[in-house]
Amino acid sequence: MKPRSDYELSLWRRLVRFVDGETLADVERRAEENRESDAKNQQMADAEAEKRFEQEEKEDREDRKRRLELEHEKEAKSLLEKYKNWPKEHGVKIFGRLYAVMAVLLCAIVITTLLVTVSYLPEYGSPDNPNNNEVVEKYNKDGLYDTGATNNVASMILDYRAFDTLGESHVLFVAAVCVMILLRLELTKDGKPTDVKRAEEENDRLYEPKNDKILQLSAKILVPMIIMFGIYVILNGHLSPGGGFSGGAIIGAGLILYVNAFGFEKAKRIMNRKNYAIISVVPLLFYAIAKGYSFFTGANHLESGIPTGTPGAILSGGLILPLNICVGIVVACTMYHFYTLFRKGGM
Amino acid sequence: MDFVCNFPFFCIVLCLATGVISSVLKPKVAKAVSVTLVSVCLVCSFCVLFYTIGTGESFTYMMGHFPAPWGNEIRAGVLEGVMASFFCVIMLLSLLGGEKYLKVDIEEPKQNLYFVLINLLLSSLLALVYTNDLFTAYVFVEINTIAAGGLIMIRSNGHCILASMKYMIMSLLGSGLLLIGITLQYDLTGHLLMSNIKESIGALAANGEYTVPLTVIIGLMSVGIAIKSALFPFHAWLSDAYGYSTASSAAILSSLVSKAYIFLLIKIMYRVIGTDVFWDSKITNVFFALGIAGMLFGSFSAIKEHDMRRMIAFSSVAQIGYIYMGLGFGTELGMVAAVFHILSHAATKSMLFVACRGLSEVSGDKKDFSDLKGSGFRNIIAGVAFSVGAFSMVGVPLFAGFISKLYLTSAALEEMSVKMLVAVITLAISTILNALYFIRAVISIYTPRNEHYRIEGFRPGKTFCFGLACFMVINFVLGLASYPIINAIEQGLQMFS
Repeated sequence: MKPRSDYELSLWRRLVRFVDGETLADVERRAEENRESDAKNQQMADAEAEKRFEQEEKEDREDRKRRLELEHEKEAKSLLEKYKNWPKEHGVKIFGRLYAVMAVLLCAIVITTLLVTVSYLPEYGSPDNPNNNEVVEKYNKDGLYDTGATNNVASMILDYRAFDTLGESHVLFVAAVCVMILLRLELTKDGKPTDVKRAEEENDRLYEPKNDKILQLSAKILVPMIIMFGIYVILNGHLSPGGGFSGGAIIGAGLILYVNAFGFEKAKRIMNRKNYAIISVVPLLFYAIAKGYSFFTGANHLESGIPTGTPGAILSGGLILPLNICVGIVVACTMYHFYTLFRKGGM
Repeated sequence: MDFVCNFPFFCIVLCLATGVISSVLKPKVAKAVSVTLVSVCLVCSFCVLFYTIGTGESFTYMMGHFPAPWGNEIRAGVLEGVMASFFCVIMLLSLLGGEKYLKVDIEEPKQNLYFVLINLLLSSLLALVYTNDLFTAYVFVEINTIAAGGLIMIRSNGHCILASMKYMIMSLLGSGLLLIGITLQYDLTGHLLMSNIKESIGALAANGEYTVPLTVIIGLMSVGIAIKSALFPFHAWLSDAYGYSTASSAAILSSLVSKAYIFLLIKIMYRVIGTDVFWDSKITNVFFALGIAGMLFGSFSAIKEHDMRRMIAFSSVAQIGYIYMGLGFGTELGMVAAVFHILSHAATKSMLFVACRGLSEVSGDKKDFSDLKGSGFRNIIAGVAFSVGAFSMVGVPLFAGFISKLYLTSAALEEMSVKMLVAVITLAISTILNALYFIRAVISIYTPRNEHYRIEGFRPGKTFCFGLACFMVINFVLGLASYPIINAIEQGLQMFS
């Protein structure tokens, strides 16, 4: 509390001064000193406060700066991330879309070109088409006499153009070899299945219908009929529509049905690895040797000595019947083999 | 008819039969059978070559009792003889050179199947060379495609299975286009025998009939074969297929399979469509443009590559570009140069693949440049063979590549036009690019590093050395004594038309 301005001149203060032995000047000096030190203190406090304030501000600024920097860095990082991930997230998508559009466009162009081309081709079935020439004429006119087969298609593929069909049956063989390379699981040296193979067979048993009575009964009735029909198609290949490729496919289907009904154990009695090797190799070899003989004699203008027989009889058509049988066996075995390979890695 | 005329037929049927037998033989026996078979085919093909050079004309051989338009027929002339003997030589040397690595790369019970594929592939190569019937060609293209896919796949690791998938998809697309082309032309001409087709197509073109389908047919056949032989934009399957399969497979695929298709294309040009019609159709310009693009982009991809095998694979793209550029000139000289480049590239590329496998064997079975450093000192014969191959690829004189580049350039300089100017400039640029990556590879294998990979007492196998030595000899023969070979090619092309 601040005293009144005439406080020092009051009676009481005069008495006190008298008792203390002080003069008014002393008091004034002291007051002055007090004031000065107060001011000094004040100043110091101010300076301190200012300093503190400055420091705080500085810290604040640095903090903000750092924060800003951090933010910048973060932003840059996320931008980089975005940039890096762009091909994965958006690029692939855009490229995929572009790719799809281009693929569809390309397909459309090819399809249109082919359709336009077809419209320029000679009219279908017209008698004066260029492909009704001396080649077809001879096949139709002399086919029976040349080959002894009443089925013209068989005489064409197995006699006139037998070299192509020889190649074609080896296409089937090489395809079978490739599937074998990809899927066959090997046996150990003494013919026992390896662990992988055993696991695969164990796994396969889960899906195999076990002793399904309905399936077994119908298979019992159907399989002999299917196989008989296949054999009929093969044996009559030179007399009626059919032949090795179609008959073999029918027999193969019959074998697969049998395996599904009765399991691999029963089928193994006939169709095991050893037998498969023999029955796939022997027909193809016979084919190559027989046709090689026929090509050789033909090219050197020798008599082949293979009788063509009476047209229409079962034993006629020269080599066509044995070749049909060979092709049939190869096709049937290949189909069955494919089935076992895909199911459990081989017989 | 002389007995020699039977040889082409003998070879083809023998290959098919031994292929079938090999599937039940033990691997060792199958290998012996296969090597013997290739040698027999080699001898037979050389007999055919010298017989046709002697008589000075080609001969046809009736496959069966019926003459040609009704039955099948094969034909052999000088060019067929050259190609067949050359294919057999390369096949034999690739087999011998990579024989040691087959045992490492392929599971033991499946090794005999490799030789089944080899025999059937050889039969298809010979049939493609000798055939005189377009449909027979297609049948053997199928065998070729599937067998080649098998050769990639038989080294059963992930890379190879993926590569064979890519190969099968692209290659079957090519086969499909080729088949559509053959079917359409049958509709127009009613023939499958090459000489008859040429006659009919010549008549159609002269009368100006069916011009649209004719152009489409030429386009489909060309694109189909271009896809199968990895011309530039269709080469996506190539780097994986050559880069990861076993050494023999890579050598055979790069030097024989793709070349057989190009030979089929040349056959189609000359014997099916006729050069006049083919060159008039302007598709040669497309070949030219794509060939030029392939020469540049193949080299760029090779420069970027760190994997030596894949680098060699990409260089194939560039080299196939050279061949198509030669076909694209549309001149006789260009064709001769292209056929010679088929030979020189086949001889060199198979050597490079085999040598590269030898180098990576002494580098911890790795094939990166950094690992292969110094491998030329660790496996000396492989290093020398690789350098010879690299110099030949760049086109250093004395080597095969120089002669083919020389002929390509002189074919380009034959007439003055913008097209030929572009060809010469691109040849120069492409040679520099080739030098960039092949010289880098040679320097890299002769930088003495990586001593920790040295195998104590390492000796390269006998068959490996023999194979590489023969490859080098062939390279020098092509480079130094090219004159009789060029002569034979010219004679063969004349017999074609």
